[in-house]
Amino acid sequence: MTATTADPAAGPRPTPRLRRPGGAGLGLGVGLATSYLSVVVLLPLAAIVARASGHGWGRFWSAVTTPEAAAALRLTLVLGLLVAAVNAVVGTLIAWVLVRDEFPGKRVMDAIIDLPFALPTIVAGLVLLALYGTTSPVHLNLAYARTGVMAALLFVTLPFVVRAVQPVLIELDREMEEAAASLGAERFTIFRRIVLPNLLPAIAAGTALAFARAISEFGATVLISGNLPFKTEVASVQIFSQIESDNTLAAAAVSTVLLLAALAVLLALQAMQRLGVRRA
Amino acid sequence: MGRSGRVLVALALGAAVVVAACGSSDTGASSKDTTAPGGTGAPTAAGGPLPAAQLSLVAYSTPQAAYDQIIKAFQATPQGRDITFTESFGASGDQSRAVEAGLAADVVAFSLEPDMARLVKDGIVATDWNAGVHGGMVTASVAVIAVRKGNPKSIQTWADLTRSGTQVITPNPFTSGGARWNVIAAYGAASNVGKDDAAGLAYLDALFKNVPVQDNSARAQLQTFVGGKGDAMIDYENDVIFAQQRGQALSYVVPDQTIRIENPVAVTANSKHQEQARAFLAFLYSPAAQKIFAQNGYRPVVSGLISPTQFQTPPGLFTVAQLGGWTKVNSRFFDPTTGVMAAIENKLGVATKK
Amino acid sequence: MPSRGGRGALRAVAVGYLLALLALPLGLICWRTFANGAGPVWHALTSASARHALEVTGSVAVVAVVANTLSGVGLAVLLVRHRFPGRRLLDALVDLPLAVSPVVVGLALILVYGRTTGFGAWLAEHGVKVIFALPGMVLATVFVSLPLVLREVAPVLEEVGIEQEQAAWTLGASAAQAFRRVTLPAIRWALAYGVVLTLARALGEYGAVAVVSGRLVGKTQTATLFVEERYQNFDQPAAYAMAVALAAVAVGILLVINLLRPREGS
Repeated sequence: MTATTADPAAGPRPTPRLRRPGGAGLGLGVGLATSYLSVVVLLPLAAIVARASGHGWGRFWSAVTTPEAAAALRLTLVLGLLVAAVNAVVGTLIAWVLVRDEFPGKRVMDAIIDLPFALPTIVAGLVLLALYGTTSPVHLNLAYARTGVMAALLFVTLPFVVRAVQPVLIELDREMEEAAASLGAERFTIFRRIVLPNLLPAIAAGTALAFARAISEFGATVLISGNLPFKTEVASVQIFSQIESDNTLAAAAVSTVLLLAALAVLLALQAMQRLGVRRA
Repeated sequence: MGRSGRVLVALALGAAVVVAACGSSDTGASSKDTTAPGGTGAPTAAGGPLPAAQLSLVAYSTPQAAYDQIIKAFQATPQGRDITFTESFGASGDQSRAVEAGLAADVVAFSLEPDMARLVKDGIVATDWNAGVHGGMVTASVAVIAVRKGNPKSIQTWADLTRSGTQVITPNPFTSGGARWNVIAAYGAASNVGKDDAAGLAYLDALFKNVPVQDNSARAQLQTFVGGKGDAMIDYENDVIFAQQRGQALSYVVPDQTIRIENPVAVTANSKHQEQARAFLAFLYSPAAQKIFAQNGYRPVVSGLISPTQFQTPPGLFTVAQLGGWTKVNSRFFDPTTGVMAAIENKLGVATKK
Repeated sequence: MPSRGGRGALRAVAVGYLLALLALPLGLICWRTFANGAGPVWHALTSASARHALEVTGSVAVVAVVANTLSGVGLAVLLVRHRFPGRRLLDALVDLPLAVSPVVVGLALILVYGRTTGFGAWLAEHGVKVIFALPGMVLATVFVSLPLVLREVAPVLEEVGIEQEQAAWTLGASAAQAFRRVTLPAIRWALAYGVVLTLARALGEYGAVAVVSGRLVGKTQTATLFVEERYQNFDQPAAYAMAVALAAVAVGILLVINLLRPREGS
């Protein structure tokens, strides 16, 4: 599973050189595709925004600023940023080790990186609770704690930066580095001045994806967070509990905030990619 | 006795089934001659195998383990030999709404009567569902106070729950049926079964100031409590026993005054297998089934089956009927806009819309 | 390029991080699951409710994979081979499901098809149940895995170009023939890859399905919901057994993906 498979903003494609004869067939195709996507994606998402804004701005605002909702959104944002930051550093580091290092077991390590993408999220939560829960054999109980929620988010976001950086690092021309080294440049200087600038777009894209995933994750966090408002309750868990209480207005309001955040990340990614393409 | 023909029928049915169940445990001999006399509710009340059918049991989540065992026991009787089951378990209110919305069910079991009343209103359950000798209730329990193992905060009474610095876990009564039992148990105890209304209301107010989390369901609150949150938890006795049986380190106290919890069960009016469904319903009141319920922490509704010391009967046990019944209690306490609990929750900033 | 010491430190951090986060927890859960041998695991997985959950998961996943394969290929052809007004918007819209929280997806479906909405009530009157039933769960699963086939097929479609198809048309092939004989063989590995990814996502979906299914044990409970429900009921052996079974499927899917990857685009 490469990074592009989970990449919501797969790069812009060059325009095809030739056109297939369009006409009625094309119109029908576009119509079909548009209505299919409308029914499956657009209509339901519009229903959320409609529900959230149906009673005016005032109600929406008060729904997302109740102490519980505001705390959940704040926690989601902070954890999302933290998780993105850790991924940016550790993900790049792991990619580096996978590409530039040689040691027994490297292939296995490379293979298991993708596991969080393939593993059901609820299983991810359960797996973490086995080692870091109330029955922890290493006496590290992260259940019902913010650190536990963060561990769950780190688990599910692990592959994003690694898989974004890895291919760039493989293709990176090492001659420049070697030249710099022969001129006596320090290792860290070489990394900072030559390698890092080349990796930066990939790191940024992977980090953005990790952030988007972290703020929307539910399955992995639900068992670990333990439903404690103000303490461990992230936005998705809060939405779920509001749905359970049939309080769809509050759920839709918080959902709208998450939706806007997801949209913003998507747009940022597309802008980043367009910029990257132009520079190249 | 003899108030109406229905009661007689129900009694006959109950008796027939008791005999049938005994029969099945003593090699099934000579149970034929006790067939219920003309009981419309028990066509082939005892003995012979009923025509094969698949029954759909839709129940609330807590008695899942009990029903799994009871169904096996039923299928081991001559009567239930050819009857198979599909079982569905979930939150009581969700299950009730799902049946209302068209989920096929032959037998329904809920945690509290209003979930049954919803189906009665829609005609899915007959209005006389509670006419039997046990009033349609198949199991009973009491509201108890669960505490940490060894009771480190020495919590013994309802009054101990309102001490400052004591954290009490109870679910949101606007989403959880279990929480409603908890609220009226606390109110009933503090108000001396409704005699001192003001004291009851003041107690609820003080109690909920000590509730740090209101989960959506009894099961979720149990997770919260065993996860380490809170000093005490108000819960069904059977739920606490369930957790204990699965190795969770907690104990509980039965307050002197508390409510008797009763769980309704009924055959749906639109069931296509009335005969088989009624036979199963009757089996639920058999000693075998009631004993299985008792093993799973429920108090049997049929008396004389278990050792009197297995469950402690508090001196001040009261019922929801003594507080005016569910209709009155629901509108007084749990109306989402005008209820007593709505006012308390609004002060705490908890959602009451349902 | 880093010195031996520096390289060793980097390696230690990378390996340590993966061990602590991934390998050790997974290993521990496997070990605990099989602590009493394979018998109890098999028993837990063949209980009536576990079998039913697996059936539900299977049927939902199959429908979602078929729907997303058809729509994915169709959309890919449309987006790659044609220029039309609104194409960019459609392109962006297709990616949205991957960024939206599963719980939000579930809520969205409830707000459209739930019994409190006019449309949902109308459907219910005509005997169509969406929420608390399989159709809603299929819709949720289709939503969350919508772009996976498309995003694998589109780049390959781009790469192979259109010349061969045009040659086929020149030789008098119909559009269907050209697709079957020329386009399909060209995209088959990417398609297979996309299908496997969709399958993995569909089998593992939890949040969206948790919201729309009502989580009725024995009715709408999927394998992932089974894991959660058993865990909440202190039935750790059954929860672990199903979790390990799902993890084994995930590992199998990863192996298939690794087999498919080198052939991609060839």
